[in-house]
Amino acid sequence: MAECGASGSGSSGDSLDKSITLPPDEIFRNLENAKRFAIDIGGSLTKLAYYSTVQHKVAKVRSFDHSGKDTERDHEPPYEISVQEEITARLHFIKFENTYIEACLDFIKDHLVNTETKVIQATGGGAYKFKDLIEEKLRLKVDKEDVMTCLIKGCNFVLKNIPHEAFVYQKDSDPEFRFQTNHPHIFPYLLVNIGSGVSIVKVETEDRFEWVGGSSIGGGTFWGLGALLTKTKKFDELLHLASRGQHSNVDMLVRDVYGGAHQTLGLSGNLIASSFGKSATADQEFSKEDMAKSLLHMISNDIGQLACLHARLHSLDRVYFGGFFIRGHPVTMRTITYSINFFSKGEVQALFLRHEGYLGAIGAFLKGAEQDNPNQYSWGENYAGSSGLMSTSPELGPAQRARSGTFDLLEMDRLERPLVNLPLLLDPPSYVPDTVDLTDDALARKYWLTCFEEALDGVVKRAVASQPDSVDAAERAEKFRQKYWNKLQTLRQQPFAYGTLTVRSLLDTREHCLNEFNFPDPYSKVKQRENGVALRCFPGVVRSLDTLGWEERQLALVKGLLAGNVFDWGAKAVSDVLESDPYFGFEEAKRKLQERPWLVDSYSEWLQRLKGPPHKCALIFADNSGIDIILGVFPFVRELLLRGTEVILACNSGPALNDVTHGESLIVAERIAGMDPVVHRLDKGLAALVRERGADLVVIEGMGRAVHTNYHAALCCESLKLAVIKNAWLAERLGGRLFSVIFKYEVPAE
Amino acid sequence: MLKLVGGGGGQDWACSVAGTSLGGEEAAFEVARPGDRGKAGGGSPGWGCAGIPDSEPWAGVLQAGVVGPARWGQGAEEVGESAGGGEERRVRHPQAPALRLPNRKPQGGSGEIKTPENDLQRGRLSRGPRAAPPAPGMGDRGGQPERSAPHSPGAPVGTSAAAVNGLLHNGFHPPPVQPPLVCSRGPVGGNDAVPQRLPLLPELQPQPLLPQHDSPAKKCRLRRRMDSGRKNRPPFPWFGMDIGGTLVKLVYFEPKDITAEEEQEEVENLKSIRKYLTSNTAYGKTGIRDVHLELKNLTMCGRKGNLHFIRFPSCAMHRFIQMGSEKNFSSLHTTLCATGGGAFKFEEDFRMIADLQLHKLDELDCLIQGLLYVDSVGFNGKPECYYFENPTNPELCQKKPYCLDNPYPMLLVNMGSGVSILAVYSKDNYKRVTGTSLGGGTFLGLCCLLTGCETFEEALEMAAKGDSTNVDKLVKDIYGGDYERFGLQGSAVASSFGNMMSKEKRDSISKEDLARATLVTITNNIGSIARMCALNENIDRVVFVGNFLRINMVSMKLLAYAMDFWSKGQLKALFLEHEGYFGAVGALLELFKMTDDK
Repeated sequence: MAECGASGSGSSGDSLDKSITLPPDEIFRNLENAKRFAIDIGGSLTKLAYYSTVQHKVAKVRSFDHSGKDTERDHEPPYEISVQEEITARLHFIKFENTYIEACLDFIKDHLVNTETKVIQATGGGAYKFKDLIEEKLRLKVDKEDVMTCLIKGCNFVLKNIPHEAFVYQKDSDPEFRFQTNHPHIFPYLLVNIGSGVSIVKVETEDRFEWVGGSSIGGGTFWGLGALLTKTKKFDELLHLASRGQHSNVDMLVRDVYGGAHQTLGLSGNLIASSFGKSATADQEFSKEDMAKSLLHMISNDIGQLACLHARLHSLDRVYFGGFFIRGHPVTMRTITYSINFFSKGEVQALFLRHEGYLGAIGAFLKGAEQDNPNQYSWGENYAGSSGLMSTSPELGPAQRARSGTFDLLEMDRLERPLVNLPLLLDPPSYVPDTVDLTDDALARKYWLTCFEEALDGVVKRAVASQPDSVDAAERAEKFRQKYWNKLQTLRQQPFAYGTLTVRSLLDTREHCLNEFNFPDPYSKVKQRENGVALRCFPGVVRSLDTLGWEERQLALVKGLLAGNVFDWGAKAVSDVLESDPYFGFEEAKRKLQERPWLVDSYSEWLQRLKGPPHKCALIFADNSGIDIILGVFPFVRELLLRGTEVILACNSGPALNDVTHGESLIVAERIAGMDPVVHRLDKGLAALVRERGADLVVIEGMGRAVHTNYHAALCCESLKLAVIKNAWLAERLGGRLFSVIFKYEVPAE
Repeated sequence: MLKLVGGGGGQDWACSVAGTSLGGEEAAFEVARPGDRGKAGGGSPGWGCAGIPDSEPWAGVLQAGVVGPARWGQGAEEVGESAGGGEERRVRHPQAPALRLPNRKPQGGSGEIKTPENDLQRGRLSRGPRAAPPAPGMGDRGGQPERSAPHSPGAPVGTSAAAVNGLLHNGFHPPPVQPPLVCSRGPVGGNDAVPQRLPLLPELQPQPLLPQHDSPAKKCRLRRRMDSGRKNRPPFPWFGMDIGGTLVKLVYFEPKDITAEEEQEEVENLKSIRKYLTSNTAYGKTGIRDVHLELKNLTMCGRKGNLHFIRFPSCAMHRFIQMGSEKNFSSLHTTLCATGGGAFKFEEDFRMIADLQLHKLDELDCLIQGLLYVDSVGFNGKPECYYFENPTNPELCQKKPYCLDNPYPMLLVNMGSGVSILAVYSKDNYKRVTGTSLGGGTFLGLCCLLTGCETFEEALEMAAKGDSTNVDKLVKDIYGGDYERFGLQGSAVASSFGNMMSKEKRDSISKEDLARATLVTITNNIGSIARMCALNENIDRVVFVGNFLRINMVSMKLLAYAMDFWSKGQLKALFLEHEGYFGAVGALLELFKMTDDK
């Protein structure tokens, strides 16, 4: 237990000194609100899952009643902000070694407040062994669930719900992991679960799967035989030994049998002819490292071979590996991947899972939650609560290694509706909502991590400022700073800790962390003020636009869109200006814009298109609050409406920096509709609408949406991606300079 | 498979199997280190050198027998004394010890071996102090860098014995006209007029009559061959060799139809090889003749005789080559057909040290040809192939003969140090399906590390006494009983060595348990892979061969069980009596084929 706690007392491995070593908010979070439990007890690790309700604050906006008063009074906020408590559901997963099980159960018993819970779902081989202990300690009835059913349920769940869950291992490449984007069609596949032994399961649909075989040579063999051979007791130590060993000292290789002739025969001399073959014919001492490596090779190769044989028999080309054996150890993934490639001649792909160890627990939990109609929700990993891809690799900082060695966490938030891909995507399976993979691009990674680190002070300041009435805001903001800072450091060490690292995931992580410490919307006040200012300017802007000739107006509208986009608090360059001069004007922003030709400039094609027939329906993804949406987007929307194009305005459902939220956009639209008869109807909701209305134009605005994420996204209709590059580094990278303009008008190929 | 210890340069050549015809006498010729004498001479089993430090594994494979009561020393190093015998056994040959033989009558049952010195002095004379004077009549190759003639008796084997005109080169003085080349089993007299066809090996049959329209030159060549069958027969001795990663398998054809005249004219070197190999069952410390496998009264290539099966560890290969050099083996002009990885690895050594040109052969070809041949001739009137009846019932499980007359398709699982799995569709249509590195070498290697044992026999003996369920985690250890949903019995192994994750359990098991668990783990894994291959290839007969199965009833029954149980009776596990020797037999067959082709 010593390795788990930040407070780190107590060195006896078996006793979990609950009073000291378990920081409850770190490990068993929200235990007091835990509703439903599931436990998966394997041969060496216990995985515990529970569902809790999380109460957290959300910022809500509410419109004043303007009907009775004169509108446009100065200095009055356009709407009021209130912070409300909202209850959402969260899934927690904890993984720890079996030796801690009793202490953990005690801890749960002591902290569990909720008394409605009567049943705990249990799966895994150890379920029957610990059944009595669990029932006695927790006074819950143990419902045993079938191991394989849980495993498959869990695997399907993570493959569908967790972005970048699966990855392939690539030897000698940087990064060595390549994450797969979620694929809507996951079936059929082969799951090789490597626990103490190996189970091989063919999965055809959500509910149809078949245990097709297994092997007794698995993780238990590595551990057991390894312990006998090397006198090393711990699994991770064995792997550590293996990573330093030379298997060729112990294994009989092809070159040992054939001598130098293997080359002329076209054989690879390094192939293992006989594992441990040298220890039979040579009377010598073998080093622990070499034996451990040889053992690891032997077992990984064997598992890979069997997996290939089964994959071939069932004509499957994707093999997912789950279970406790791999544990994120690169050396293991390397050997398994090698083996799969070797035996299948490249026809079968070995895929690993970030949550390999949790599959059974997730499945058991879902099994228990079946009456909750799980299909109406979708789940997203909460970056603030998860401890990331577990790794015990020695390169990690000691702090991280210490914790992940014993406890490993995963949290998922339930979203109250299922998420789907935009139907307008040309090829949904290949859609990658990130332009730059930061695990791949070390230079960009370094830049962005530094960028987020540097922006942290400002975010903390703003967070405190957003809650002037709160006494503990400073304290919470400091906690947020610590947490986010640590996450950034983890990502520096281990870019793949949460799957693929992107600008988007960095932003998400920051939002999750802010939420964690009850800063639901640090920019709410700023947005409120800006929206007020912008709304007051709106009539003037529209008036001046209307005085222009058609062609002139089109350019002015586009420039307005772009200029509005300069007002982005997320961009450090802008936030500096805005902090110092809040009246940084719309017109000044226009002047700051790059002159045409822009960095990416397809304005002429766009203008040409506008001379043609109107679009049927346009879908616009709006970016920032205030000037951006009100003075940039809405005039543009108004023009489209005048042309006879229906417009769907899509905004974030929750706050992210100064991005306009759905709630805000509704109020803003309502206010504008009050001022301008043209804008009278706006649609909310999305996927169904888009399909229903036959959207044929998508406008994506802003750096985040148009550059970081969807720059390469191909749509099946016309699209307009526009942004102002408010980041010198990125501008330079793209071959421009600060405030360079991206105006990308695309028409899909016929 | 044999564990060797030491090999530290001592000249410990004790040929030490009790009960051989030369027995104690033989041992007496060897140079044993004083400390080893007791064991060496005391009739300890020849295959192991366990516990004997500094033994030289394949020491004197041929020495002892060839020379009878003489020994071919190694110059100054040779300071031995008799190990077991009472007579004077110390002989020194300071000048040319490697080549000199005392002209002495042998004792014991090994027969009359004449060892005229000049017969043995011919040929390869070598380096440094051990060089002997050139023998009269032979190319003085010791002194001259160039050979006098391409077909001189001293020419290397590779220059083709058949091309040499007659005399001596096959080891015999000109014999009477021989029947055409055949290779068959049955009562074949010395002068079989009608060759028996052997369906499996048409390439060993006589060439078809030449078509009439062939060119005169070709006709002439062919006629010459047809006229003189004996020219197409390879010179004695006939060996086939399979040099594996752990074991060298050697088959030797001992002609039993040697006429008195032949006997008279058989060169001493050849005769001594014959006598040595056939009158001993153990050679050096580690060479073993599997007497029980001997194929008697076999006709190969027109000669009748016995086929002997000999094995020794691959690490003794250098000693073997050295001896070939010392025995001047190259003077016999035999072609040494060899297969296995070692044929490639040691080729250079054979050439450089022993002046022997190996004829290298593909090991999978040899394996299949050898297997088909041995099965076709049967095992001295009994069937070669067998299976286990009622494999899932330990009480009723018993060995039963199996007729492999129509063997195709079969999955052939060759378990040596590693494992190769072949799908065989006809005698020359096969493919290697896969292989695994978890084989016999892994079993022995792990056993050595885990239990401190040193030989395959020792490891198996321990395994026979052990209980793997103490070491392995069974299904019932995890689930408390059967895992019914997938038909897994509680007694099935869920995790090999899985119990060894716990320290208490590690402290409570025996070495025998560990050996058993290792054996079961390796065997089941091979079975599992073989079964998957059989399914993928749609083959229902799985033939297990290779030396991993030698004296290994545990594995055979496990495999028989696994094939039957997991396939619900669809797959049949078959075994063969000469489990590990087919590659060597195949190599020998190539010798005939090669000669015939010339």
